Amino acid sequence: MTTISLPSRTPRRVHTATRVWNSLGVVAAALIALLWLMPLLWAVDTAFKPEEETATIPISWIPTHFTTDAFQKVFAESDVIRWFLNSTVVTVAVTLLVLVTASMAGYGLSRTDFRGRRVLLGLIIAGIMVPPQIVVVPLFREMLALGLVDTYWAMILPQVAFPAMVFILKKFFDGLPRELEEAARVDGASVWRIYWQIALPLSRPALAAVGIFTFIITWNNFLWPFLAVSNPDLMTIPVGLATVQSSYGLRYAQIMALAVLGGLPLLVAYVFFQRNIIRSVAHTGLSGT
Amino acid sequence: MATITAPARQAASVTEAVPFWRRIPAGLLFTLPFLFFYVAFLVFPTIWALVLSFFNETLTGTRGEFVGLSNWSEMFGDALAWKAMGATLYFTLLSTPPLVLVGLVMALLTNRVMPLKWLWRLSYFAPFLLPASVVALIWIWIYQPGFGLVNGALSALGLSELGWLSEPDLAMWSVVITTLWWTVGFNFLLYLAALQAIPQDYYDAASIDGAGWWQRLWSITLPSLKRTTGLIIVLQLLASLRIFDQVYLLWMGSGGPGFVVRPVLEYVYDTSFTNFRFGYASAISTFFFVLIVVVSAVQFRIFQSREERS
Repeated sequence: MTTISLPSRTPRRVHTATRVWNSLGVVAAALIALLWLMPLLWAVDTAFKPEEETATIPISWIPTHFTTDAFQKVFAESDVIRWFLNSTVVTVAVTLLVLVTASMAGYGLSRTDFRGRRVLLGLIIAGIMVPPQIVVVPLFREMLALGLVDTYWAMILPQVAFPAMVFILKKFFDGLPRELEEAARVDGASVWRIYWQIALPLSRPALAAVGIFTFIITWNNFLWPFLAVSNPDLMTIPVGLATVQSSYGLRYAQIMALAVLGGLPLLVAYVFFQRNIIRSVAHTGLSGT
Repeated sequence: MATITAPARQAASVTEAVPFWRRIPAGLLFTLPFLFFYVAFLVFPTIWALVLSFFNETLTGTRGEFVGLSNWSEMFGDALAWKAMGATLYFTLLSTPPLVLVGLVMALLTNRVMPLKWLWRLSYFAPFLLPASVVALIWIWIYQPGFGLVNGALSALGLSELGWLSEPDLAMWSVVITTLWWTVGFNFLLYLAALQAIPQDYYDAASIDGAGWWQRLWSITLPSLKRTTGLIIVLQLLASLRIFDQVYLLWMGSGGPGFVVRPVLEYVYDTSFTNFRFGYASAISTFFFVLIVVVSAVQFRIFQSREERS
């Protein structure tokens, strides 16, 4: 009964209903966005205030005068540039090593067969479940025994063991067509050459995803670098910034200036590589188990 | 030319003495670099943690004595260990539902709202890119009494201020709020990717049938997201159980008022790096590791049987 009257009535009703829902959607999206941006804006706002205007009651968003004092002090007195360089060294090294080792292992496990391949694959997949934070105590002992505590190596080496990335790349290689590689093999190319000159160039999107994701995770890793290094000259951004709250006390403008500087590198990278970062996080996240 | 000579040369070398490294399958050679890092820095420490749990090992490097199961029996009677376990589970239960639901709502809104898509994506996802220490610095400042942003807003509304970091009953909620703000962007992106993979034909067909937005949401969108939701819940539970960074940093290592928020990993940290009891800390982390493996195995089974049924 209603089914007969519906088609004639719905088009217009759906139209206005859709428009109402659409504007409600924009309002809701904007409200949540404002809520999510507020802490960041508050940090930036505080960083540009003169120190004596940061802790006011009632709170005020508009400073009497806008100043970059906090940033100048922080650049002059803290090790923030040093931390940035350390983070860069550690993160670039880890990312490159993960790309090389994980793509090689993924290729070997996907394209060649040897005795024990399945067992090895199972062992690597099981490793995805081991949270790296669980092993920090014995790992620290190990680094102590190797004499690597307080070196870049202590921060870099353990972070290269990233079994999820092997699995992701293995699955990607599984999906590549085999014809080109077969042709190259017939021509006498070695496995190594096929990997290097055919498989890798075809895997650029997957390698980019793995590289970007590894970079973000490593750049922001806190617990292990925090344990591995106590020399201030070797601290990365997350570790260095962890010392700020206790040593800066109530100098909130400077604390927020440091927080802004600490968050800036990846946020700037996001603005430039938005599409790639979103795609890689979604891709690696969705195939991460 | 090379293509002709190469096989001939190879055949010749096979008949000569084959060097031993030639006989290792190429595939195995390819996995060796990774296996080196994997065994040295993940497999070995995992096993060593189990071994250390039977020794009264300390930080000083002197080899501890074998103490049998005494670390293990001490752990089961350790009220602080159970408190840390309780805090971890409580955090996981409180944080997982909002982290999944808010991520879903954000993705539904972003996928639907046409104007300024980049802006919504940027604002929801940006906090995920911040290091934990930046998050902690900002939120310690926001949670301050009097001049903090939250309490400032509360008193402007005529409400009384709350001790976000000092009230034992409120501390865990403060962690949940901070964590939601910090990491929901990851789940948001996973949902957004899944939404964009739903074929537009489904919606077109439903529109022709006169289905409204609400009906399309319930009959197409949400059912298509089932798999992704399962995956996100698994990833989220595992991530929440591992909580350490934001709690350690928000309270600068003190574990919050009366240790109410101190999670297992922070108790492990305190036991090993403040009390230097590596053996005991290893027993706790091994126990916790087994718990995490059980949780993921159960989830994996549920996941699998559901997929078989559908």
